[in-house]
Amino acid sequence: MNPVLELEDLHVHYGSIHALKGVSLKVFAGEIVSLIGANGAGKTTTLRALSGIVPCRGRISMNSKEIQTLPSHQRVRLGLAQSPEGRGVFPLMTVEENLDMGAFIYSDKEQINQDRDFCFTLFPRLKERRSQLAGTLSGGEQQMVAISRALMARPQVLLLDEPSLGLAPLIVAQIFEIVKHLNELKKMSILLVEQNARMALKFSHRAYVMETGKITLSGNAADLLSDDSIRRSYLGH
Amino acid sequence: MNEFIQHIINGISMGAIYALIALGYTMVYGILQFINFAHADIYMVGAFASYYLARFFQLGEHPHWSWFFIALGLSTLVCALLGFAIEKIAYRPLRKSPKLNILITAIGVSLFLEYAGQLLFGVDPKLFPPLLTESVLFSIGGINVMSLDVIILGISILAMFVLHRVVYHSKLGKAMRAVSQNSTVAAMLGISIDRVISFTFILGSSLAGIAAVLVGMRYPKIEPMMGMLMGTKAFVAAVLGGIGSLPGAVLGGLIMGLSEEMVVGYLQSTYRDALSFGILIVILIFKPTGLLGTKRIEKV
Ligand SMILES: Nc1ncnc2c1ncn2[C@@H]1O[C@H](COP(=O)(O)OP(=O)(O)OP(=O)(O)O)[C@@H](O)[C@H]1O
Ligand SMILES: [Mg+2]
Repeated sequence: MNPVLELEDLHVHYGSIHALKGVSLKVFAGEIVSLIGANGAGKTTTLRALSGIVPCRGRISMNSKEIQTLPSHQRVRLGLAQSPEGRGVFPLMTVEENLDMGAFIYSDKEQINQDRDFCFTLFPRLKERRSQLAGTLSGGEQQMVAISRALMARPQVLLLDEPSLGLAPLIVAQIFEIVKHLNELKKMSILLVEQNARMALKFSHRAYVMETGKITLSGNAADLLSDDSIRRSYLGH
Repeated sequence: MNEFIQHIINGISMGAIYALIALGYTMVYGILQFINFAHADIYMVGAFASYYLARFFQLGEHPHWSWFFIALGLSTLVCALLGFAIEKIAYRPLRKSPKLNILITAIGVSLFLEYAGQLLFGVDPKLFPPLLTESVLFSIGGINVMSLDVIILGISILAMFVLHRVVYHSKLGKAMRAVSQNSTVAAMLGISIDRVISFTFILGSSLAGIAAVLVGMRYPKIEPMMGMLMGTKAFVAAVLGGIGSLPGAVLGGLIMGLSEEMVVGYLQSTYRDALSFGILIVILIFKPTGLLGTKRIEKV
């Protein structure tokens, strides 16, 4: 079986900083794959390269089609959508307008409305706040907007960069449940970047561990969860 | 009292014109965070385009509504194309370089248009032909409301209304706001930044094209350097309202038009052009973000 998303030997430089030093990873259809690692390991950089925000060397393919030379705005059309680190909501637009921007590439009103309603069933809070400016929402609510906005793009592969960052444990659990739900119900493949390694491993099928720009370990999430070195470095005991 | 009301009418109609041009500065700033110094020279080219149209067809001899709208359309079209071309040729290649480079380029484009204008159109001022017959539309209690003031105001309000519809309700307009708030994320969602930027320049320059004809009818002397003073005032209006804010540009333009008119009416007309600099200094000291401006929200 071919992976839906595959990175091969990806390199990214920020000026003189060599942030990614040959990263390769795969995501298969219907998988939740997490990418964990310490601060500054290059997780966000990997996702930024995937979405075409930073220039990279190497190969990125979606369904065996190479996309590394495509500009960002064209990659969405191939089924790659991202909820970025720090959420990146449009602060002076309403919740609803933010979601509409997620559906920018579509013009089928009916389906867009259905997708929006689906997001509102996932996050009823957003429905209450639909006319509120996104910049005035709480951090957790903004995270819901960022995820919903990415869903509006009807991704085949959803990229989530630290969806739990700065959120209360209850909301974190809720967001992970939703990720699982999307994966099971919508058969969506998900590449999840997380600091919260324990949670990420619990909810994923497979995982990659990243250290200073390289993948150092990969395998089944369950195996990694019980791996001694992982426990010491990322799980706190 | 009558005199005062007359000044208010004049001030509002001039203010509407400042607002039209200020909107162009503020829209480009909102998207690219730089001042398009060539904006007012685009306006100058629009004035000359409609001047030559009028001269070619000798429109000034038979003022008529339809001529007015044709001139307005031509000026808008010429400015839109020019704005589009300037961005594509001069600014786009520099998009990733430091802001200062693009700023200096904008000054270069401005000088280029001014001197090319002198070369092509001549240095001497030209007389913009009357496209419409000026008449007293109605008078109340001794105040004459001139048709021209009403037309200027009417067209400006219409243009701003259309702009508002476009920016807040069209897909590309919403994309424009999204890009101005977070261009990286906008691109991730499938919005082509290049297209949005082109669209912004077309929109802003079109408004300058409309303003060009309106000013030509009110102050019929046009010359290749006419953009300089107008540009300064409209820019100050944009800063006064809060650069990047559309309602701010309109408010700033109106304040500018009204206060100039009051200075001319009650102080001394020679102070008129100095006023904008005075306003600029005062805002920069007391409220650099402008009346309706917000600090740019820092990304977390
Ligand atoms: N715009 C940039 N310019 C220069 N260096 C950068 C830039 N963005 C990231 N880096 C560097 O690249 C490296 C990888 O950063 P990245 O943001 O990908 O890490 P991360 O794994 O997402 O970390 P965190 O868990 O803290 O979010 C870091 O050393 C960082 O300092
Ligand atoms: Mg990160």
